[in-house]
Amino acid sequence: MELILEQMPIVIHSLNVGFLQTLKLFFVTLIGAFPLGLIIAFGSMSRFRPLRYFSRILVWVVRGTPLMIQLLIIYYFPGLVLGNPIWGSGETGRFLAASVSFILNYACYFSEIYRGGILSIPVGQNEAGLVLGMTKRQIFFKVTLLQMIKRIVPPMSNEIITLVKDTSLARIIALQEIIWAGQSFLKGSQGIAGAIWPLFFTAVYYLICNGILTVLLGRLEKKLNYFR
Amino acid sequence: MPILEVEHIKKSFEHTRVLDDISFSLEAGQAVSIIGSSGSGKTTLLRCLNFLERPDCGTIRVNGETIFDADDPATQKESEIRRKRLHFGLVFQSFNLFPQYTALENVMLAKELLAKELPDYKSRKKELHREISQQAKNLLHQMGLSERMSNYPHQLSGGQCQRVAIARALALSPDILCFDEPTSALDPELTGEVLKVIRELADRKTTMIIVTHEMAFARDVASHVIFMDDGKILEQGDPNEVFEHPKEERTKQFLSRFHQE
Repeated sequence: MELILEQMPIVIHSLNVGFLQTLKLFFVTLIGAFPLGLIIAFGSMSRFRPLRYFSRILVWVVRGTPLMIQLLIIYYFPGLVLGNPIWGSGETGRFLAASVSFILNYACYFSEIYRGGILSIPVGQNEAGLVLGMTKRQIFFKVTLLQMIKRIVPPMSNEIITLVKDTSLARIIALQEIIWAGQSFLKGSQGIAGAIWPLFFTAVYYLICNGILTVLLGRLEKKLNYFR
Repeated sequence: MPILEVEHIKKSFEHTRVLDDISFSLEAGQAVSIIGSSGSGKTTLLRCLNFLERPDCGTIRVNGETIFDADDPATQKESEIRRKRLHFGLVFQSFNLFPQYTALENVMLAKELLAKELPDYKSRKKELHREISQQAKNLLHQMGLSERMSNYPHQLSGGQCQRVAIARALALSPDILCFDEPTSALDPELTGEVLKVIRELADRKTTMIIVTHEMAFARDVASHVIFMDDGKILEQGDPNEVFEHPKEERTKQFLSRFHQE
């Protein structure tokens, strides 16, 4: 017990550094995947067939294969097969590769949520906008968008919470996120070896983070309750 | 010159002919009611006028200008349809108010967006906003909704919603206001308040096309009645003439239930 207390500051510091990387990947993924998902959603609803097929096949492949494989392929493929290691070998390169993989993967999931949200809005809303001389763009941004957001908050919350935990998959390309940090004390790091308790601590980080997100997303849901 | 001339409109969905050679005209200030059983094509006709459906044949002229000609692709340009739509207003059976906006905002939204396209919008922003807001308030007042302006649609009754929808259509000052069964989604108690405002509009010489199942209303409010059956105009003319002395057997049959009441 005394030993653990002694090691605590070192471990917490490492975990904080790792968790910062986890959070960075989380936010970068959201910032990229929110708009990209919308673009893919429009693609898969497009009347232009090649675009529609492309979008739907993309979604099929990305959702149909493990994120871990996507991470490995996106990270290693350019260097090993094309002979052009675009990501470099440092932590920055790994973070970039992980960001690209996560954004692409989550954008595909988001696109289906968006598509469901848009399709669930009665056609009468669109027709009312048209009859009032609004452009398609105006109808989307002024009429449809907020109604869609209101409808997709619950399924989006699910995905967002899953994303927090999925970031740990980036461990597979040695991104130094929180699991990587916790695990290092199993193998031995900074004079601590064979310690499993730091890993339990990592779980607490995830729990707290998701607790906060649940509260925030619940508030958003409530805030949108002013209309039906 | 008639404000609206519709000639030889035909429309089919898949293999079902919904409109079969529809022609009629309308003078400014006139209200015409269209009656007929469900599925006779009344709603499709209104949707064609508002460019929500594209007729397969025929022409539509407003104030002498051909705004649609099935044989002339130049009249069907997507970019101009938006402007042409503004000749018409449409009040839907199911209101279709925008739920995230208050009654007042619903009435103002489209006009505000149109104002943004004015060349001098930036310099007159405040003034335009004030004008649009004032006009919307006047319209809602006229609809008897002064107390309800800041309510959201879900806080309003069906009759109130439909009156907001009428104000919303009027805000763009359409040449011709179309009503697609405006009271069919309302219970009998709320029907009256909507019919009353439409009647007031008729008294003010608003040019209107009213599709309705309210027979007494169709007869009293309109100066012209069109009876549609199976995609065709079977009979049209003076309301009293059509209602009291229908010539066609099908019209008699359709009106018999109304006369029994």
